[in-house]
Amino acid sequence: MTIVVYAAICLGLAIFIIGCVGRAVQYAKLPIHLRWEVYPVPHEEPSRVAHGGSYFEDSDWWTKPRHRNLGGELRVMIPEILFLKGLWEFNRRLWLPSFLFHFGLYLLIGTAVLVGIGSGLPLLVPSLAGGNLWIALAALYKITGYAGAILSVVGALLLLLRRATDQDLKNYTKPADFFNLLFFIVAFAVVAAGYVLRPSGSAGIGDVARGLFHFDAKVAVDGLFGTGLVLASALVAYIPFTHMAHFIAKYFTYHLVRWDDQPNVRGGSIEARVAQYLTYRPTWSAAHVGADGKKTWVDVATTNPTQEVRK
Amino acid sequence: MKRHIDLREMSQTKRDPLTHLENEDLMPLPTPLDSPAKDHAWTPLSQTAKNKYECGLDDTCAITVPQPKTPEEEKQLVAKFLSGLEKLFTKENNWTFLQPLLLTMEHCTGCQTCAEACHIFEASGGNELYRPTFRSEVLRRLYFKFVDGGGLLSAWQHGDIQLNWPLVARLAELSYRCNLCRRCAQTCPIGCDNGLVGHELRKLFSQEMGINSKECHDSGSMLQLKVGSSTGMNAEVVKDNISFIDEDTSEKSGIEFRTPWDVEGADVLLIHNAGEIMAWPENPGAFGLILTMAGINWTMSSEIAGYDSINYGLWYDDAQFARVAIKHAQAAQKLKVKKIVLGECGHAHKALSVIADRVLTGELNIPRESGMTLLREIVMNGKIKFDPSRNDFPVTLHDPCNMVRLMGVVEPQREVLHKLCPKFREMEPHGVDNYCCGGGSGFAIMSGNNFQDWRFHVSGRKKLQQIFDAFSDCIGPETPKYLCAPCSNCKGQFRDMLAYYDLWEQNRILYGGLVELIVNAMVDVKPGFIEWEWH
Repeated sequence: MTIVVYAAICLGLAIFIIGCVGRAVQYAKLPIHLRWEVYPVPHEEPSRVAHGGSYFEDSDWWTKPRHRNLGGELRVMIPEILFLKGLWEFNRRLWLPSFLFHFGLYLLIGTAVLVGIGSGLPLLVPSLAGGNLWIALAALYKITGYAGAILSVVGALLLLLRRATDQDLKNYTKPADFFNLLFFIVAFAVVAAGYVLRPSGSAGIGDVARGLFHFDAKVAVDGLFGTGLVLASALVAYIPFTHMAHFIAKYFTYHLVRWDDQPNVRGGSIEARVAQYLTYRPTWSAAHVGADGKKTWVDVATTNPTQEVRK
Repeated sequence: MKRHIDLREMSQTKRDPLTHLENEDLMPLPTPLDSPAKDHAWTPLSQTAKNKYECGLDDTCAITVPQPKTPEEEKQLVAKFLSGLEKLFTKENNWTFLQPLLLTMEHCTGCQTCAEACHIFEASGGNELYRPTFRSEVLRRLYFKFVDGGGLLSAWQHGDIQLNWPLVARLAELSYRCNLCRRCAQTCPIGCDNGLVGHELRKLFSQEMGINSKECHDSGSMLQLKVGSSTGMNAEVVKDNISFIDEDTSEKSGIEFRTPWDVEGADVLLIHNAGEIMAWPENPGAFGLILTMAGINWTMSSEIAGYDSINYGLWYDDAQFARVAIKHAQAAQKLKVKKIVLGECGHAHKALSVIADRVLTGELNIPRESGMTLLREIVMNGKIKFDPSRNDFPVTLHDPCNMVRLMGVVEPQREVLHKLCPKFREMEPHGVDNYCCGGGSGFAIMSGNNFQDWRFHVSGRKKLQQIFDAFSDCIGPETPKYLCAPCSNCKGQFRDMLAYYDLWEQNRILYGGLVELIVNAMVDVKPGFIEWEWH
């Protein structure tokens, strides 16, 4: 079981990272699109953010310096990421289950980070091994771990209940949506139960992490706990290939679509990239487009279809 | 009304509409429009329309898609749709919006937060067909099944759908049941964009199948590219009309002025929505008067499309959009003006300033500015004297979505109103949180079959409620009230909707632009520029 658990954790993390990077690269490599921002755009000047204004409110705006208001973005991003502010404002009924679920996940991710630090740091700084650091971290990660498991399982159960009972969601709920939530519930519940019910002397989460870092096959992992860890690892590997990878999408949808107000300037990088796209050869079939697979976008855009018809 | 419509019904082969709307089902309106029984009955679709066009969606028919005559023709149309669907997800054909479209396709969680934000869904009484995610879910399932590989696992993960002609025909109509106001996109926690889905579906139908709104295409962008304006005015006619407007405005205001044409090297090229010249001549007249009085070195252009800022391609077709945007920029380039200023037209603002920004490269990248900022500057700089007491009547402001939520021009027009209109009051919500007038995305000019009934009863309903709420303290006919809408398309919707409900006669609600209020308050102008008459 020990080797299976180690392999599952390594494989799960590796697939997760590769999947996330692959997905991010897939989106990043797409052409920059035409501007499609929605206001408010929080990196605007603070005086404008309150009413959702843009630099277009200035006369001769192209002659004025552009402000970068990172603080404004953070003021939106942090409450959105941590507390799901958008749902709180616009869909209050969904907020509680979703917040419990997501905040529980954050606590579990925090737990994994704390366990990783506690187990990995002594490899780099041997003097920390067996010291007070581990005792302190262990106390902390037990709190975050239990709280995270409880919150996320309760949140997932509430979300599952909503999916099953809300008629408004009927058209938009697929079998995979139930499976995904059940997967979370089962994986986290088995990990938690396995941890709590494991026989004395068998490995806890810290022991597993330390064993993993030392490739120590002698660490005794209990069957139920080990099963939970394998399930959790499979879940982690599965996420990037579902719509649950919206944490990746949100970077693009917020920063590169909703808030992308970067103007095109003569001789700038946007112009250079667009110049390349304008050489693409579209194949749209409608007669007025006049695309034949040979004409470029420049040809299409500079053709007047009404004059073409007259010829 | 049928409350739940299963997604699978989109493929049903019976031609019956999937839903039927009754006044009783719609969102209630405030007094005096609060009685569904007294509300207008819907004009039924004619039997001719039902026999000739695809009318299997709801009670109306916006784009008159002809019914195929044979099963073979149906198959060909479905194949063509499928071909367009594939093109929509290639960079060669759709680099313009591929990234946001893919993100929206692949990451919606179906939480329905967007539905709460949609004025059409709310006004319809929560009709499933008008839920913003309904059409998106259809496209999403088609994408996963036919573009992304499909298969059993995909169907399990993303849902299945049956592609046939009835679905394609209904989807075409359904893409014209959204104002593209993108209020839903503003609220999506993930950042998905159902408004974009409507836009992209319209694009697919237009660019691949030649299916589009006749008003936007044949008598819209095509006519504009042919003669210079979607109003049909060529350069000679528009000059004549503006000349008459100048004379009228000079006489009415007591200040003589003439619109300058084709002035090379002017500081400002003013481009109006040419609909103003035809339907609301007081608006270009007032604009010209203000610029002249402010001492602006300005001009209008008689180049093709240079005197009409309309760009209907924004709503349905990238090729048409780019062609018109280039014509606008070329008109400015030819005159070597310092900047283009856009008159009171929301979609023209966004089209030329925002959406065309990355299309206009090199010499065509001429600065574009909102008319709102220039007007604010003129009103605030003290060159012209104003008497706000001339505007001592209740005024409220409609925020055109394209200018406000989608471009961020929020405050300039408010600063003007706060200075010149002592009884100015906001609608709630307003600014970037506003609701569409109901005429957005071309609806204001679409009136085929009984489509007007739908846009007054459904898409305009939320705005109607807002107008009544804003004037709730003075709703009676004894107080004339001014609904300021600095956008031609919004004004078109208000003209038709206020007339439909007889709100000028019953409640003395007049609509108009911002410049009329400015001129009405100018000390040097003869009092009474705003005529309290229905037009």
